[in-house]
Amino acid sequence: MIRRRAWLRRASVGSLVFLYLPVAVLIAFSFNASRLSASWQGFTLKWYGVLVGDRALLGATWNSLFIALVSTAIATGLGLGVALGIERLPLRRQQVVEGAILLPLVIPEVMMGVALMLLFVMVKWPLGLWTIILGHATFNIPVVVVIIRARLRKLDQRLEEAAYDLGATVWQALQRVTLPLLRPAILGAALMAFTISFDDFIVTFFTAGPGSTTLPLKVYSMIKSGVSPEINALSAILVLLSMGLIALALGMQREAATRN
Amino acid sequence: MNSVTSVPSLEGRASDGGAGGYPAWLLGPGLAWTTLFFFLPLALVLVISFAARGTYGGVVWRFGLMNYLDLLHPLYFRIFGQSMLFAGLTTAVCLVLGFPLAYYMARTSPKWQGIWLLLVMIPFWTNFLVRTYAWMFILRAEGLLNTLLMQAGVVETPVEILYSNTAVIIGLVYGYLPFMVLPLFVAVERLDPRLIDAAWDLYASPWSVFRRVILPLTKPGVIAGCILVLIPTLGAFITPDLLGGARTMMIGNLIQHEYLVVRDWPLGSAISFVLMLVVVGAMAAFFRAERRLRQNEVRP
Repeated sequence: MIRRRAWLRRASVGSLVFLYLPVAVLIAFSFNASRLSASWQGFTLKWYGVLVGDRALLGATWNSLFIALVSTAIATGLGLGVALGIERLPLRRQQVVEGAILLPLVIPEVMMGVALMLLFVMVKWPLGLWTIILGHATFNIPVVVVIIRARLRKLDQRLEEAAYDLGATVWQALQRVTLPLLRPAILGAALMAFTISFDDFIVTFFTAGPGSTTLPLKVYSMIKSGVSPEINALSAILVLLSMGLIALALGMQREAATRN
Repeated sequence: MNSVTSVPSLEGRASDGGAGGYPAWLLGPGLAWTTLFFFLPLALVLVISFAARGTYGGVVWRFGLMNYLDLLHPLYFRIFGQSMLFAGLTTAVCLVLGFPLAYYMARTSPKWQGIWLLLVMIPFWTNFLVRTYAWMFILRAEGLLNTLLMQAGVVETPVEILYSNTAVIIGLVYGYLPFMVLPLFVAVERLDPRLIDAAWDLYASPWSVFRRVILPLTKPGVIAGCILVLIPTLGAFITPDLLGGARTMMIGNLIQHEYLVVRDWPLGSAISFVLMLVVVGAMAAFFRAERRLRQNEVRP
């Protein structure tokens, strides 16, 4: 039994190394002085300097931030509404609606991308920032619903009941009791949605038009033209950015969990 | 709760039953949005899959089964077959790698468990393009792996791994391993360790402990993990696009190719629809298997 444990531990650590080593190596080599070689030629920050001076990259970053911000606002608002309203439905209908709302999570992203593109082309809506925003909001609604509902189920129903017993209307109860209790979950969901939108490539790829290049689209076109230390540096920045956002989101969710 | 919801006199409260306290119409806008930007586009894909292609791209509204008949061509069979093979292989490798990891995580001390869980989940939120690019950096002819191998004198000339089916499988396993581990972890955690001890006490061999105790009791997790890996890999686009060779094409790439390169939207739509049927079929099989498992549990 004990020998089995040691074997399991080694296999598990091995899997973890497999998960982390490639990205770690990638980041390490963003500081490598050589442009072409994959052997270490000394420390440099020049690839980061190249990135800072790249105007197109800056524009793509702004586009990504704008898209993520607006689509997150839409998805959070609509998702919150769904999470609150769905509890009220009779069980059968609740399951059907939940299935419909969560379906975008399981449909292949490529398919969602081409479907949205077809829709926008058919109604002659020019592809650009706004079509990307609509797409991102669509796949982020279920993400928000899942996170907020998980929290909603754990809320103490009696607090809400107490509000009603004290004569609160639905809106007063929502504003003064439920929303404050949900706040960490809402913020956590929004951060998660923001991260997913900021990182998204596939739906963006199909719904982007001229002048709406996002950071992942830019990264993709850079990768397509070959491996370069600038991409390593950009990758390092993206990884750290996502990590920061996720740490924030997890922190929010933990706060939510400990509060009750 | 019921005593409150059944009091109709409270101002602003809907008087119908239900568990929660907020009016059901709140879900209206979200549902309308999903209908407009998810179900309507999907319906459009379905309709266009029966339409004809215009001479210079676009769609001609003449309906028939021609696109689906076109799909019977061996070329498309090859791509669908290759995708299913890749997805199946990826799922199998993820299961083999993921099971020991999930098992170890579920049996380690609670303090470490949180850390391991976090470590397995972090890759979820690392940009997928970046994670795929990492393998290009490692596997290419002048890449890290070849540099190390040549410095160590293992090989004389660089090994071509990038732009091959092997690279695609490595990339897919790398991308989707966490999806396998999490449901397996949940299943192993629910497993009563005393059952395993009992099997040992009855002199079961390690293999029969695994096959006759652990595996049957964690089957729901195995099924869930497999489906979570299988479905996204079936529709994979980035991994085969960046790591695959000239002859590697999965369904996701085929769809992109038909839409954006050939500009045959009706055929692209038909392919998308078949992909969706495959995915929905896999999901249905999953739910049926899960229900059967649950019924078996009830029967002692």
